[in-house]
Amino acid sequence: MRIVMTRRLAVGVLAVAPFAALAAAPASAAEIKVGIDNFTFNPKELKVKTGTTVVWTNNDDIPHTVASPRNSIKSKPLDTGDSFSFTFTTPGAYDYFCSLHPHMTGRIVVEAATGENDAK
Amino acid sequence: MTAHDDDQGPSRRKVLECMTWAGTGVLWTIAGGVPTAAGLIDGAMAQEVKGFSFLQISDSHMGFDKPANPNAKGTLEEAIARVKAAPGNPAFMIHTGDISHLSKPSEFDDAEKIISQARLDVHYVPGEHDILDDEQGKLYRDRYGRGTKGPGYYSFDANGVHFIGLVNVVDLKAGGLGNLGHDQLEWLEEDLKSRSASQPIVVFAHIPLWTVYPEWGWGTQDSAQALAYLKRFGSVTVLNGHIHQVMQKVEGNVTFHTARSTAFPQPAPGTAKSPGPMKVADDKLRTLLGTASIAFRQNEQRLAIVDTPLKS
Repeated sequence: MRIVMTRRLAVGVLAVAPFAALAAAPASAAEIKVGIDNFTFNPKELKVKTGTTVVWTNNDDIPHTVASPRNSIKSKPLDTGDSFSFTFTTPGAYDYFCSLHPHMTGRIVVEAATGENDAK
Repeated sequence: MTAHDDDQGPSRRKVLECMTWAGTGVLWTIAGGVPTAAGLIDGAMAQEVKGFSFLQISDSHMGFDKPANPNAKGTLEEAIARVKAAPGNPAFMIHTGDISHLSKPSEFDDAEKIISQARLDVHYVPGEHDILDDEQGKLYRDRYGRGTKGPGYYSFDANGVHFIGLVNVVDLKAGGLGNLGHDQLEWLEEDLKSRSASQPIVVFAHIPLWTVYPEWGWGTQDSAQALAYLKRFGSVTVLNGHIHQVMQKVEGNVTFHTARSTAFPQPAPGTAKSPGPMKVADDKLRTLLGTASIAFRQNEQRLAIVDTPLKS
């Protein structure tokens, strides 16, 4: 069973700054995987460019979540093999955790794509 | 590690021994204000149990079907069969959470169908696996939360003993442990305020209310406040689940105990990469899901523990 849930933070941002968002998230945007193994996010810290979609996949025999309340990111419970993806369109540091096992923490640092979206 | 702090509690060796055991249920008896636990299977011992008794089961994880135990339903059925066959006359049962694995209605249905066969009233508290629905535990509260406050905490009296069911799996904070929260702590203070210090208190919640192993999240960050309200009482027993193994600690008048799961064992703290389900050889599973007898002797802090596996 594999469920892929996608939420895009971009909805609000797109309305305000369409050009910046378009520049940051081209059709061929990168996808980077984060594993959830042995109650840890792997890698625990990750640097990505804006527009990158991060895909978390739970490889444990226990459900986990990916949650960053401050950034309104919250996956459904991910059972074994389930994935959750999120496209980061705004630069910044995103701390997140598993809301079931809060000692599991991780961070995504989103950097501006070179030059292009600095000018917004 | 906190488990070894108390010289008067179980020795390190004893604690480690306890941690290697897993089973199905614990029969509790209250005699002279001090709870005594006796094994479900050890008939001779249970025969000696007199007075008011109740049962604890935990972590049924209905819906779990991973290699550590592909048939968690079957082992819950076995546990309930043992409850039914156990000598004595328990007044009711408490379930310390993780009834379901993924909070699905069908999982709660299965649990209800099996557990009700014990023909005992069951007092529940939720585990983190029971509040995974979109509305953070609405399914749980609809089924089990009648007459409870907030996410499902409550208290009641039975045979002169005051029972308090707490919820420490809601609104968990990044980097933190289990969480009771301000509202529940305030309610607890009020609930205890007018009670005589001689009334025996039994507190039950899913995640341990003592710090077993913070590296794996096995503790409750604001439990110290709850324990402060309980300090003046002469007999306090704290019953938890979550860690799928027997551990205990005695601190002053407070006895802490964690029950085994009916679904799958978890490793002893720090002995594996993670606290996830522990796969053991098929013929070993039931030796870990066997029963244990835990005897609290009056005026003694050291616990007497007898392990009775389902299969030796």
